[in-house]
Amino acid sequence: MADLAVNIGTLNFKNPVLTASGTFGYGVEYSDFIDLSRLGGIFVKGTTLNAREGNDYPRMAETSSGMLNAVGLQNKGVQYFISNIYPEIKNIDTNIMVNVSGSTIEDYCVCAEQINELEKIPAIELNISCPNVKQGGMAFGTSAKAAAEVVAAVRRTYNKTLIVKLSPNVTDITEIARAVEAEGADAVSLINTLMGMAIDIERRRPVLSTVTGGLSGACIKPVALRMVWQTARAVKIPVIGMGGISSWQDAVEFILAGATAIEIGTANFIDPTVSMKVIDGIDEYLDRKNIDSVRKLIGSID
Amino acid sequence: MTKKFIADWTVREIIRKNDAFLLRLVLEDENQAFPETLPGQFVQVLVKNSASTYLRRPISIHFVEPEKREIHLLIQITGEGTRQIAKTATGDKLNLICPLGNSFSLPERNDKSPKFFLLIGGGVGAAPLLYLGHRLRKIGYVPDFLLGAYSKENFFDNRPFETVGNLFLTTEDGSAGSKGYVTNHPVLETKTYDFIYTCGPRPMMQAVAQYARKKNIPCEISLENTMACGIGACLCCVEKTVYKGNVCVCTEGPVFNINELLWLI
Repeated sequence: MADLAVNIGTLNFKNPVLTASGTFGYGVEYSDFIDLSRLGGIFVKGTTLNAREGNDYPRMAETSSGMLNAVGLQNKGVQYFISNIYPEIKNIDTNIMVNVSGSTIEDYCVCAEQINELEKIPAIELNISCPNVKQGGMAFGTSAKAAAEVVAAVRRTYNKTLIVKLSPNVTDITEIARAVEAEGADAVSLINTLMGMAIDIERRRPVLSTVTGGLSGACIKPVALRMVWQTARAVKIPVIGMGGISSWQDAVEFILAGATAIEIGTANFIDPTVSMKVIDGIDEYLDRKNIDSVRKLIGSID
Repeated sequence: MTKKFIADWTVREIIRKNDAFLLRLVLEDENQAFPETLPGQFVQVLVKNSASTYLRRPISIHFVEPEKREIHLLIQITGEGTRQIAKTATGDKLNLICPLGNSFSLPERNDKSPKFFLLIGGGVGAAPLLYLGHRLRKIGYVPDFLLGAYSKENFFDNRPFETVGNLFLTTEDGSAGSKGYVTNHPVLETKTYDFIYTCGPRPMMQAVAQYARKKNIPCEISLENTMACGIGACLCCVEKTVYKGNVCVCTEGPVFNINELLWLI
């Protein structure tokens, strides 16, 4: 039984296995299948200042070893979250963190400020990388200047752990990572989905109502792993790795590449218990390798 | 609500006909309580050995035999995922998440007023109506089934429906039952129904919904929007509703009253 605890800034996690926003609802959707308190943490569904209906159906297209989605941040807004959802989930014994998104810098700030007041939410993940909204979202995450501006503004109103979720749809992800680190981000998480597309050849039209969408699932893992490795070498703050992680072996790869913690996303859809298997698998791997702490594994490749 | 669970089920029998097949699955693990299953609910089937199939396949529950610990699935091969599932053989294991979704609404058991229920199905899409009819029968109502297909050959097996209720058929080519679409069947003119349930191709359900609305008959339909998770986490399978905006078909459905939907009817 190795020590699985890791830290992101001042925040302690019982293990490095977290669940990714947009794939895990508010956690309770999975409570029939797993003991949520065993998780290192949960990133709940992307939350915006005002309610959003999301994009029109169809929002999903299956691909080889993955899927495209164009949900478009459907959520009932931060006030609904605070009044109706937070009371239901605040006592789950793990780190419950909120993924925050917006169309303007002010939206991000007001939303973050309101979540700052919630005692049992120790961190936010600032989503500057959603490819499925017309305004904001990824626009903030594809330029170092815009990313720096939004992080600087949120940093002034939010005083708990600030994680910034990065887009892979950029020329150099390390440039964005360094820019948000310079503005006070406590960690970066990556990667969000890769922009993609699918066409229905019988009907000769795009499958998704939005034409393009975000690719996730096992197929993106090598790209994600490469970006995590590059970013971990470029910044001093912790990196949270994600992108196609479907097994404990995948998780160990990301930790070896430099991730302090990992998020499991699309794999939850295929196996709602996968996160538990990943925790157990990392533990057994460490025992087998005679490594007493997962922290010693982080970035330890030759 | 019954707890959802993930488990391996063993294929006790597979019966194939044309591009459809019936699976009788048994839950062998005695440590796992057999789930209480409602008519209209579905399962998520894991597909193995297919590079192009990544997600589970949502399949409606055709019939349930709790005393034998069996769930029956009636499946149309529509793509690579269902084609792989069709390759399973007796004794193979299939991994299911179940029971998922809401259910068709059933009348109260103590409601003794006579009621006439019409269950309209199209092709293999009629699958969940058998278990619904069975549950209606158990509480004292003999349902009418009105099943449509292109041709006689496209009905999978009508005998189970005949055992449960009265059966009426339509075929587009006239090879069985009344020629035409389900909404043209004469029984709609000769009998007055209190409730209509329908499941099948979307154009058929829209025609049925139009009929029900015109006649002012309450009507429930079962949708099969493309899904990823099946448990309300990914928000991919949404349908627009009148009062609640976009809702997940997997958790708020798959069964909806037609008055809840923004269909063009």
